[in-house]
Amino acid sequence: MGFVGYLRFFWRQLTSMRTALFLLLLLAIAAVPGSLVPQRSSDPNGVLQYFTNNPTLAPVLDSVQGFDVYSSAWFSAIYLLLFVSLIGCVVPRTLHHWRALRSKPPKTPARLERLEGFTSVDVAAGDVTATAAIESARGILKKSGYRVRLFGADGGQLSVSAERGYLRETGNLVFHFSLIGVLISVGIGGGFGYSGQKVIVEGDSFANVLLSYESFLPGRFFDESVLQPYRLSLDKFTPTYEQDNPAAMGQPIDYEADVTTYENGSDVGTPAVIKVNDPLRVAGSDVYLLGNGYAPVITVRDGQGNVAFSDAVAFLPQDANLMSLGVIKVPDALPEQIGMIGFFYPSLAESADGQLVSNFPDLINPTLSLRVFTGDLGLDAGIPRSVYSLATDNMTEVAGRTANTPAIELVPGQTVDLPGGIGTVTFENRSPAGTPASDLSQSVPRFASLDIHRDPSQGWVLVFALLVLAGLMTSLFIPRRRVWVKAVEKEDGSLRLEYAGLARGEDPVLEKAVHEIAERHSQQLGLKLLP
Amino acid sequence: MTDFFVSSSLIAIWSAMSVYTLAFIMFTLDLAKRSASAQALPTSAADARSAAASVSGTSRAAASRAEGGDTIVLDKPPVVAKPVYRYKFERIAFALTVVAWVVHVAGVVLRGLAQGHVPWSNMFEFSLTATAIIVGVFIGVQFWQNLKFLGAYITGFSLIALGVGTVNFYTDVRPLPPALQSAWLVIHVFVAVLGTSFFALGAGLSITQLLQARRASSKAAGLKFLQTLPGADALENLAYRVIVVGFVFWTFTLIAGAVWAERAWGRYWGWDTKEVWTFIIWTIFAGYLHARATRGWRGGRSAWLAIVGFGAVLFNFTIVNLFFKGLHAYSGL
Ligand code: HEM
Repeated sequence: MGFVGYLRFFWRQLTSMRTALFLLLLLAIAAVPGSLVPQRSSDPNGVLQYFTNNPTLAPVLDSVQGFDVYSSAWFSAIYLLLFVSLIGCVVPRTLHHWRALRSKPPKTPARLERLEGFTSVDVAAGDVTATAAIESARGILKKSGYRVRLFGADGGQLSVSAERGYLRETGNLVFHFSLIGVLISVGIGGGFGYSGQKVIVEGDSFANVLLSYESFLPGRFFDESVLQPYRLSLDKFTPTYEQDNPAAMGQPIDYEADVTTYENGSDVGTPAVIKVNDPLRVAGSDVYLLGNGYAPVITVRDGQGNVAFSDAVAFLPQDANLMSLGVIKVPDALPEQIGMIGFFYPSLAESADGQLVSNFPDLINPTLSLRVFTGDLGLDAGIPRSVYSLATDNMTEVAGRTANTPAIELVPGQTVDLPGGIGTVTFENRSPAGTPASDLSQSVPRFASLDIHRDPSQGWVLVFALLVLAGLMTSLFIPRRRVWVKAVEKEDGSLRLEYAGLARGEDPVLEKAVHEIAERHSQQLGLKLLP
Repeated sequence: MTDFFVSSSLIAIWSAMSVYTLAFIMFTLDLAKRSASAQALPTSAADARSAAASVSGTSRAAASRAEGGDTIVLDKPPVVAKPVYRYKFERIAFALTVVAWVVHVAGVVLRGLAQGHVPWSNMFEFSLTATAIIVGVFIGVQFWQNLKFLGAYITGFSLIALGVGTVNFYTDVRPLPPALQSAWLVIHVFVAVLGTSFFALGAGLSITQLLQARRASSKAAGLKFLQTLPGADALENLAYRVIVVGFVFWTFTLIAGAVWAERAWGRYWGWDTKEVWTFIIWTIFAGYLHARATRGWRGGRSAWLAIVGFGAVLFNFTIVNLFFKGLHAYSGL
């Protein structure tokens, strides 16, 4: 066997049913580990956590792409081989089917009695002629959707050969090609898209340019020019929480983000609503509401009385009652930089063991608790730092757990002096004018975290997926079969009608179908049936 | 009003469970009875019966011509085994199953009325509704084929699922969280359960097929009641026809899930644990279909694939829901 011989051998192996089956099952097994170990694509924090919890195992898993299973070399190898095998399998089948579609049903076999559903009926001499019988069988078969062909008109035994269900194979091919279509649209089409995240506070707006995003994941072929210029402002965010049902107290019932979009630099906005399960489609991208929380407005004055910081700070929810964690960095404070780590409690309460907790997600008793640090925030070192974490290595705690002064507690509208005369901090009350002082339900703005995606291929993926389904149903439920009816003329002038079928692929009701045809044929020929 | 619906729903569920228990006992007695009558039966007769039950077996229509007229008798052979014996216990068991199922469905409907949304938004409700649909499919399928011999398997399985669901997973009536407020909840989950039901039947048939094949090959008596059931080939064909329907539903579930994920989570596929397992199940059953067309894989091996596939479905619902982390965190526990 020469080189070409080997190639041919290898190709034949690869495209055999057995290999396809093996690869299919291997793919199922290979998909399992990715559900046992957190994956970077779906749960990046889980991966970090895994590294902390399993410091010896994690690097080993990482070296075999255990945290990136679905983009790993080995997983890709399996499905790519499977798809090569698939192509090698369906291309010849397509050619074959193309020929079959244009050919006539094959010659009637000499002996029908060996075939499935064989039935024979004896007819007395003179009742019907062979020609009439076959002609009527042809009519019946044709009406039932068979492609028919007569044999024996030139002498010999008269018979009709019929075949139906070509759609079965067509469906099967559509199914397999559509799988390839799905893979290609996911693989290539996905590369032109992007996905980005943006946290936006009530009253703020966001412009669709790269710099505005908190995080941004471009596809492989992404080009910044596809970011269409538009602006989106979050006018109001309204959550609704369960208040009556004791079993579900505080459970969210609805989130609604009221936004206004401004396209093409226009000043005339279009109002819209974004909800979970109801994204906004704007300027070629989709905006999803994926999270929300509180953004307390905090003002910090330094020791000299200058406003060193004043902004809404998004606090990340830690539990269902929205106890939230946030970080405030005041690099411009003099004489020293100030950093704070805070917990925000929308409805402050004390747990049985004396811990501060929130016992309802709405603003009933909003309270902010801050630990205060002074020193170097480490912002100048050029190391990118998350806005949600504070590096306290080069800082001194002046209020909080390790300091002489306890953590600072604030309610909306309150200002408190920072220890050592380094300044003051204010928790601003943002209630609309005219709100009674006792009503704090609107004192703290909320933020919405939005995911903004563009995936030009997803329509294609859906189309191919639906074709997969349609092809599957066609190929599973349409029977493909051949049926023959033969009229054998005996010496005494009597006639013997023979019926038989052949399944092409799974066809559990073939026998029944042949019997039905025989029955209808008898009826049509006027052969009365006994009860 | 809600309280009334909740408690009547629970009463219905517990009543259904007691009747299912009776049905299960009767189905088991029926199998025992079959064993007894099979013993009394000459083996050849039983084998002849199972041969007649074989869907692929060739049979001929007897045609005879009556005197004096063009009259033909076409004997339509039974495509399906006709019960040769009248099984009293089986009839009682099946009637009890239907009664239990009606009460069960009432329990499901009351639960839905209690909360004003579809009763399959957490694990308790899912067990409740899924078992109702599984038993419903089992009952419905009898109009097509007599598969009552799976009664002990189906009622036993449903009883366990319903019991564990009600005792261990019970959750109070709650409003739907925003992520579940979608028409897709109705479609996606319902079709997933339909698929599951057909896979459950397919697994039951495949288990019976394996037992039957073992009996045939070992020549040992094996479980006696098997002699009264269709042969391994017929069971394999039945399993195939049931699983094919399950596979179509499952494919739809997968696609509907992706469409929903795009709306709710902002991407249609992200290898979330639940997505991974849905994919694994799909691939196993695709393997099953291919196995049927692969030399050396028909029979026992493909039956094992059907059983493993259904095992993966159960795993997906129990272990993945309870212990795996992911976006599908709707167990309500
Ligand atoms: C992603 C991989 C694949 C999937 C998910 C898949 C799935 C399916 C499904 C669901 C069917 C319908 C079952 C039926 O008609 O009985 C089918 C049929 C078939 N597939 Fe595939 N397939 C894959 C790859 C392949 C490959 C690589 C080959 C060839 C090497 C192949 C050859 C066939 C054949 C010959 C049939 C018809 C079986 C029959 O006679 O009924 N498939 N496939």
